[in-house]
Amino acid sequence: MIREVCVDEIRDQIREMCIQANHFLSEDMDCALKTALEKEEKPLGKKVLSQLQENLRIAGEDMIPICQDTGMAVVFLQVGQDVHLTGGDITDAVNEGVRRGYTEGFLRKSVVGDPLERVNTGDNTPAVIHYSIVPGDQVTITVAPKGFGSENMSRIEMLKPAQGIEGVKNAIVDAVKTAGPNACPPVVVGVGIGGTFEKAAILAKQALTREVGVHSDKEHIRALEEELLDTINQIGIGPGGLGGTVTALAVNINTYATHIAGLPVAINLCCHVNRHIRRVI
Amino acid sequence: MDRHITTPLNPEEVKTLQAGDYVYITGEIYTARDAAHKRMKEALDAGQPLPMNIENEVIYYMGPSPAREGRVIGSAGPTTASRMDKYTPELLDLGMKGMIGKGKRTPEVTEAIVRNGGVYFAAVGGAGALLSKQIKSAEVIAYDDLGTEAIRRLKVEDFPVIVVIDSKGNNLYESIY
Repeated sequence: MIREVCVDEIRDQIREMCIQANHFLSEDMDCALKTALEKEEKPLGKKVLSQLQENLRIAGEDMIPICQDTGMAVVFLQVGQDVHLTGGDITDAVNEGVRRGYTEGFLRKSVVGDPLERVNTGDNTPAVIHYSIVPGDQVTITVAPKGFGSENMSRIEMLKPAQGIEGVKNAIVDAVKTAGPNACPPVVVGVGIGGTFEKAAILAKQALTREVGVHSDKEHIRALEEELLDTINQIGIGPGGLGGTVTALAVNINTYATHIAGLPVAINLCCHVNRHIRRVI
Repeated sequence: MDRHITTPLNPEEVKTLQAGDYVYITGEIYTARDAAHKRMKEALDAGQPLPMNIENEVIYYMGPSPAREGRVIGSAGPTTASRMDKYTPELLDLGMKGMIGKGKRTPEVTEAIVRNGGVYFAAVGGAGALLSKQIKSAEVIAYDDLGTEAIRRLKVEDFPVIVVIDSKGNNLYESIY
């Protein structure tokens, strides 16, 4: 059975999701930041985390974006193979949703139309859209507005297979260390291991949209996530980079098969305003 | 140590600020980020004056989200300072005294801070809603076409920052890890 879904519905959902994501953290992130405040041992770190709590309260009550960098809109669309999209071009609809969300929601317009000419497009479009076709008759939309303080500190490394798990660990910890205060810690560390050059990067981005507190279902990857979180929180960068015991809230790792000659590792850092919302149509 | 200071900064007072001091700033400050810095550099290279007098002033690396009706400004937290590093020594040499941003600076910036008795403050990144409450007025004074990247004059009251690099070149981040 083919199910019809009008692209206007997707557009309207995306408009709302852009506004919601920028004013309210998802429950997992909210909870992780509260736990961080309890766990932080350094007074200055605690002070920063208390300010972040106050910031979230003001953002929600007064409808002021949590961060002025309301991000470039990253949209994952998983379209069921039994869905027929009607009513127009899906890419146009996604961008129209972003346009309405950012203009009607008083969000910052942070996108330039050409990376070298650098003229602001004025409506935060285009979005970065990742489509995938999945079984079923539903459309799953994930909106993840991405700030660039942390995006700029992200990296990909094409390791040699001989570097193995130690090479992977070093790459991840080094990325967090190098970013230091720039990525607005406490951060969420999204990691993609395997695939090809671009696959690893997308895996890392997807890892950031996984709920904080939910681990990989692969036992060895779960162990790696836990170990790396411990290691990173011993560096001492702390909240705001001003010193402390909570530098990262989570390390989320996604993996994929790779080539016999390769071991790609992509590390996508996200600040404590790790925005992600998912809705199913 | 908690300190309260006003702008324009008093050069003698700046010399007493130490890395790690928690400082509340009151007075007028200017916003400028990537595109505005590029424009200012182009103006200077063309022999033109800057759009504001920067003598003893503070530049806040910030591009706000739009203000809702009846509000002064939207979310207004710091952006990463290192992107302005290329332009900063020249501005310090021209009299700018303070900067508010977040994150690391290059050795060249630290040298220029020491040379000119300046100071680099960090505000808490990602706390733009909270910080916006300390901004009492905002007015675009140059490069309006740059949108969020225009230069704004802000009136702030007890704007909370921490000294990261002081006039002696001491660096709070480097003392941490």
